[in-house]
Amino acid sequence: MMAFFQSSIFVNLAYIFASILFIFGLKMLSSPETAQRGNLVSASGMLIAIIVTLVQNEIIAYEYLLIALIGGLIVGVLASSLVKMTSMPELVALFNGFGGIASLLVGVAEFINPSSSTLIQIIAISFTVLIGGITFSGSLVAFGKLSEIISGKPLVLFGQRFVLSALLLVALLLVLELIISTGMLNISSQTILFVLIGVTLILGVLLTAPIGGADMPVVIALLNSYSGLAASSAGFVINNNVLIVAGALVGASGLILTNIMCKAMNRSLSNVLFGGFGAATSSSGGSGQIQGEVKPITAEDAYLILEAANSVLVVPGYGMAVSQAQHVVRELGELLEDNGCEVKYAIHPVAGRMPGHMNVLLAEANVSYDVLAEPDDVNPLMDTVDVCIVIGANDVVNPDARENEGSPIYGMPVIEVDRARTVFILKRSMAAGFAGIDNPLFLKENSRMLFGDAKESISTLVSEFKS
Amino acid sequence: MESQALLVLLLFVLVLSIFLGFELINKVPSTLHTPLMSGANAISGITIVGALLASGGEGTFSSILVGTFAVFFASINVVGGYLVTNRMLKMFKKK
Repeated sequence: MMAFFQSSIFVNLAYIFASILFIFGLKMLSSPETAQRGNLVSASGMLIAIIVTLVQNEIIAYEYLLIALIGGLIVGVLASSLVKMTSMPELVALFNGFGGIASLLVGVAEFINPSSSTLIQIIAISFTVLIGGITFSGSLVAFGKLSEIISGKPLVLFGQRFVLSALLLVALLLVLELIISTGMLNISSQTILFVLIGVTLILGVLLTAPIGGADMPVVIALLNSYSGLAASSAGFVINNNVLIVAGALVGASGLILTNIMCKAMNRSLSNVLFGGFGAATSSSGGSGQIQGEVKPITAEDAYLILEAANSVLVVPGYGMAVSQAQHVVRELGELLEDNGCEVKYAIHPVAGRMPGHMNVLLAEANVSYDVLAEPDDVNPLMDTVDVCIVIGANDVVNPDARENEGSPIYGMPVIEVDRARTVFILKRSMAAGFAGIDNPLFLKENSRMLFGDAKESISTLVSEFKS
Repeated sequence: MESQALLVLLLFVLVLSIFLGFELINKVPSTLHTPLMSGANAISGITIVGALLASGGEGTFSSILVGTFAVFFASINVVGGYLVTNRMLKMFKKK
């Protein structure tokens, strides 16, 4: 009986079954009703793949792998249960990096294994190391930026593009040398592989460091895609279909998300990756002709306006995540609804630091997902909105994107809050947004600034409603 | 199987899977972008299969050691990825 479970036909059929579960799981993840089950379906596919691998007779020793499995299990359980919802972007970036380094190590292990590798395997190993390395160090930099261990500002070094191209060329030459081994370098192929790893790690850092915090959703989606491609490439190293299928699915989904994020910012991928957006435009970004004055409002006055409003649109941004205001926002929304007011939430695709960041926070606060709308749904109805509450969002509500052709964000699809009757802007100070550009919204006739911490301001509004 | 025939077969699988991936994900509402990303990220931990074979299979001490580290990282990716996705999706409710 055991012999059957170890036969290659059984193992391969089980891998195919696991692939089917991944496909169904991803399919079910695309609708809120089925998403949670979809994730479980995909997880059971993974469990099957792991168990089948463990009973194969190719596995001869269990002590090391069990220690590593249990260690990983403990770290994974702890990290995923302890993390706060607001820190989700960093954690996703970190997990992503771990996937990348794991694929890289699989490539390395296969390379240093004395059983001879075919030419195809060597090519696959080179690519696995290349993509895995970039994914790993890129994700670590993204993690650092998101958790504010390192500055979120775009870091553009002198001659960055030249260094980047040069390193990429070196990496490709090293790959070539690994494949055809001319012996010109007079060093062992193992040394070449280790140099290649070093180069890819530097490449990952250089590719991610110039990207500013506001562009992080694009980078995370792209790194996610890379981690899939690395796994797929590792599949060619060990001639395994399930790695190729699963990795390719992830690679494709990451690319689609990347594309959605780029469209939402009206920028090309190369512009995001190499533009050094905030840094390059901060000097020339000011149009210099903005007129008007900032009109602050107190929470008490804001309450009086809200109390009379029939429709309210909430537009959250990264500031809501920073001040952890999602719960009081939901409370305010409920009080407004009790008062006979219609409340909706407009969420820009790139609001926050990760695709869908705001949706997760509002879901955590128990806001029903059917009142969360996208810009295209709310913009046509904006003229009928009585009050727009902008919570810590800036660039995604900047009217310059429609009105000022000289603005660096001109053409970006934004939530047109300035067309609402009144706009409340919750902000800590008058500082510019992440992109470092002025926002004429603050000076518009119908804008009122509610200065202070978003959570405190909204709590004050809530207590006004209750009193 | 001959290695060339195998390569063609694997490439074939790769290309079809990429197209399948594009079709599957194309219409995901933005509400689910984060769980989709972390769920997909957990799937990319499938590289654990290769890691297990490297760690538990035949090899030198160094290849087994490298494979063992791969198992460690991949299992964090898998376990953490699925759990955190589940934690997020539990919150998505319609009232």
